[in-house]
Amino acid sequence: MIEMQDAAYGYGAEPLLQGLTLNLAPGSFHFLTGPSGAGKTTFLKLCYAELLPTGGHINLFGQTAGGLSRDGIADLRQRIGVVHQDCQFLDHLPVADNIALPLTVTAKGGLLQDSNLNELVGWVGLSARAHALPPELSGGERHRAAMARAIIMDPDLILADEPTGNVDWDMSLRLLNLLIELNKLGKTVVIATHDLALIRAAKQRVQARVLRIQGGQIMAAGADL
Amino acid sequence: MSVLTDLLALMRGDRQADRVVPRSGQSARLTLATAAAMAFLAVFAMALSVASGRLADRWSQAMSGASTIRISAPPAEVEAQTWAVLTVLEQTPGVASARALSNDDQQALLTPWFGPDLPLEDLPIPQLIEVIETDDGFDAEGLRQRLAAEAPGAVLDDHDRWRAPLVEAAGRLRLLGGLALILILGATGGMVTLAAQAALSANEQVIRVLRLVGARDAYIANAFVRRFTLRALSGAAAGTALGLAAVAILPSARDTAAILTGLSFSGVGWLWPLLIPPLAAMTALIATRVAASRMLRGLQ
Repeated sequence: MIEMQDAAYGYGAEPLLQGLTLNLAPGSFHFLTGPSGAGKTTFLKLCYAELLPTGGHINLFGQTAGGLSRDGIADLRQRIGVVHQDCQFLDHLPVADNIALPLTVTAKGGLLQDSNLNELVGWVGLSARAHALPPELSGGERHRAAMARAIIMDPDLILADEPTGNVDWDMSLRLLNLLIELNKLGKTVVIATHDLALIRAAKQRVQARVLRIQGGQIMAAGADL
Repeated sequence: MSVLTDLLALMRGDRQADRVVPRSGQSARLTLATAAAMAFLAVFAMALSVASGRLADRWSQAMSGASTIRISAPPAEVEAQTWAVLTVLEQTPGVASARALSNDDQQALLTPWFGPDLPLEDLPIPQLIEVIETDDGFDAEGLRQRLAAEAPGAVLDDHDRWRAPLVEAAGRLRLLGGLALILILGATGGMVTLAAQAALSANEQVIRVLRLVGARDAYIANAFVRRFTLRALSGAAAGTALGLAAVAILPSARDTAAILTGLSFSGVGWLWPLLIPPLAAMTALIATRVAASRMLRGLQ
């Protein structure tokens, strides 16, 4: 699904990430951890081609990242659901419309039945907030709405950047459970987090690989995780 | 062709796509007002161009093919010189007909300046001979030399002396009208580009989200292009309607030689300004598409 061969990325002359060599297999579940500023978000951006590698090679769904056209990148993102750390929404549209946005922009909006959208909104527990505007949502509600938007296209890969960053423990577990359910449906899941308790809670329920970014390198985490 | 296809697609609209870009009141009003004002001015530029073109044609056609010979001689010689001139004209190739103006004709010519009771016989009014040329025309210089020999008091005026600069001036006015139209279109394009850039910058976050959820560049650009094109079209339609109304209530062109009273359209000429709204829309379409493409290139 995603293969990296000695991939590197740097914002300036000094590389932030280097020697990235890994393979994200279909249906796998990964945690990505590391200190703040280590490059977790940058790694995720490399996975959905918001950033392109400055060195090495990244293969996304069988296509070389550097060789993708702008339309190719847009099409690729229809196969990847991303839950951003800051849950960016279109603030002038109600939550339900934001959730349906990936279908709207790919002209597949007509395929979506209201009942399916309602079901998805209910699945993330936002039925009562479907017509609210994004600025009216709490942190947890925003993350759940972002997750619903990320999966509405039935993507093969779900990338979540600190999805529990601004929510309490109960909400963190609810969000984690949603992602585990999606993984059980065959989706590949990558969660960037520095919440070690969340990782431990997940590992009790799912076969998860924990990767650690440190010093610009990516490696398997220690036995404590 | 592609621009026309795009225009038709825009007219059909896309309700879903229109919703993803928030309405921006200031740039909307700016585009509407600019398009309306520019279209209003464009109607006048077009009227100026059409009227001066019409005037140039009229002067050119009315005066070409006709000349005047003026005989200023002592009263005793006037008749003899008139006959001599008419005889020369009869023998001149390129002259279709020649006629000495009668006292009544000359009286009618002078009436607008001196009133109807002018005692023509008491005034040293020169005898005038109207000369109508054939399509090939005559050799004016040759005719002058022959007249000098046969009738020393005869002076040939082939109207070129004063007609040429008038026709040239009218032609220049037509050119200026066309140039003003091009400048107005350019200024409209510039203003729409600025308004579109402002709207695009204000919506950078929206564009970023759209890209991240898989929207192609064309989809994002079209959402803005459609909005600005329709605004330009409706603003220009309003401005054109106002401009046409203003031209229609200008004083009517009784004196066909007067440029100010002739600033109007005639016949099918009234249809020309209907091109202004689609031209403004096309300009807005291109300007917004260029601005959107430039903006999108900066975002991955």
